[in-house]
Amino acid sequence: MKVSFLSAGDRALVVEFGDRIERALNDKVLRLDASLRSSGLPGVVETVPTFRSLMVHYDPVATTRASLERAITGLLDRQPVPHGAATLWRVPVCYEGEFAPDLAEVAHLTGVTQSEAVALHSAVRYHVYMLGFLPGFPYMGDLPQELALPRRADPRLRVPAGSVSIATTLTAIYPYESPGGWHLIGATPICLFDPVRPRAALLAPGDIVRFEPIDPASFASIKNAVDNGNYEVASEPITDPLSSLPGLTRQSTSQVLGDCVDARHKAGHDG
Amino acid sequence: MRAGLKVLVPGLHTTVQDLGRPGYQAIGVPVSGALDGFSLRLANALVGNPPGTPGLEILISGPTFEVAANTVRVALAGAGASLAIGAEKARVEAGQSVTLPRGEVIEVIAGRQSASCYLGVEGGVAVPLVLGSASTYVRAALGGLEGRALRHGDFVPLAIARVSQRAELRLSSPMEATGDQPIRVVLGPQQEYFTEKAVAALFDAEFRISQSADRMGMRLDGPLLEHRRGWDIVSDAITTGAIQVPGSGQPILLLSDHQTTGGYPKIATVISADLPVVGRRRPGDTLRFTAVTVEAAEELCRAEERRLAELAAQLEPVPDRAGIDLGSLYDGNLISGVVSGLD
Repeated sequence: MKVSFLSAGDRALVVEFGDRIERALNDKVLRLDASLRSSGLPGVVETVPTFRSLMVHYDPVATTRASLERAITGLLDRQPVPHGAATLWRVPVCYEGEFAPDLAEVAHLTGVTQSEAVALHSAVRYHVYMLGFLPGFPYMGDLPQELALPRRADPRLRVPAGSVSIATTLTAIYPYESPGGWHLIGATPICLFDPVRPRAALLAPGDIVRFEPIDPASFASIKNAVDNGNYEVASEPITDPLSSLPGLTRQSTSQVLGDCVDARHKAGHDG
Repeated sequence: MRAGLKVLVPGLHTTVQDLGRPGYQAIGVPVSGALDGFSLRLANALVGNPPGTPGLEILISGPTFEVAANTVRVALAGAGASLAIGAEKARVEAGQSVTLPRGEVIEVIAGRQSASCYLGVEGGVAVPLVLGSASTYVRAALGGLEGRALRHGDFVPLAIARVSQRAELRLSSPMEATGDQPIRVVLGPQQEYFTEKAVAALFDAEFRISQSADRMGMRLDGPLLEHRRGWDIVSDAITTGAIQVPGSGQPILLLSDHQTTGGYPKIATVISADLPVVGRRRPGDTLRFTAVTVEAAEELCRAEERRLAELAAQLEPVPDRAGIDLGSLYDGNLISGVVSGLD
């Protein structure tokens, strides 16, 4: 497999598969990530998958760039491995009123009605390419072409936590209140990141997300349940999201979303 | 009774830091940790702690504490910094431990030689670990004391209420200022996005750390670095020390709290041996860069580890001043020795 090894100082190297946002490229990244994680190479501190490359952080006291490059080349030459367990998440989103400050503008700019925009956005299974920008912030795609728009010319200083947003070919959810330049077309009451639960980030690279429209009353009741630690996001396990999309097992599993109150409260300090 | 340090003056930006929380960048959590990990480890060695024990990172201006424990043993690491103890403001220079009784007031004088200094406390600062680390990451309110910098009236909890009875330790020679030697970088990962002129400017020009500098990164004033292939890349991962250049051409040197991913090309990466040096530079200071190979940088990293191990191995006991009374302790300009019996 043809890859480029890029230098990132003496504690990290980049294995680059290409320069586009594309499922096939990201699949290669996630597969190398899975095989590196399971190989237990000495000196590897952590790996960070992104759209089209994998950053490998290492300890130069325990290994060298040269020996890592050889080992990674060896892993790439082997048969591809599945990238392990992944999950399909059904994320409730309210696309109405104050929860969707940019929906009218998005509809106007893309030439569809607001309800068509919502139908388009919630009709697609999104692939989680990577997490970044903020703890638990998922970059998901691909957006239906009809909704593709550049980022806002004028970024907001405060995007509320839970905002569901779109830009370019991607969609995302803001886990924390933060500045942001994406178009806000809805909001979810669920908690995407909580450092004290066993799985701190709800979503992982390689997961699949579907957005399910809810009304403001449901938003309020789900939010209340989340804050009280007794809401579970509906989910289903999938073995390898890229090879087995039609054969989803419908075994019901769930993620307990307790203890979100603290994280949300703390996030409120950011601005 | 809880042991701790009561914050009388918080300082400009004082946070609990250890050596960071690696392992969670894949879910978007920055590593954080001390800007100058070398000095934090030295401060810990001086008070007998393991290297990664949580201590306090002090930036630009120092805090003042009141001891709220039977005894505490503290040591400061950072060139030009010192502690002023009690109403007499008896000085204890950086690079030496000192033990103090309940009610004593410790003022950290950060000095002007270094942007950062580190207060090590025997046993460590006892805040709950978040994702395996005590490091404060303010942007997402993770770690430290409520995920934020210290404030007036805070209580910094300590792991132990009464310190071990032993001689104080000091460095065999005083902490030296780092000087203004060039910062060594490895080119890449995206040097090909820049013109030859931009790469040349990175190494020929002098950059000045702007006022827009914090634990996430420092904007550098100097020549603008021109892109050859556009400035919008498909977002990829970032490592600490990366020099990222957004569309404006003004470079940003990314530090401990940097975002895990970003969409701007990175022209070069500061080597790990020089990250502590960068962490000591203040806004207004100048930076020059020079290139080394990855192999050289790896060897420099290992050499720096050996240097730290040697410094820690060569700590020497301060002559025993036990048995003297508090008054004579303060009459001297050096507070040291075991102050057992005072608590």
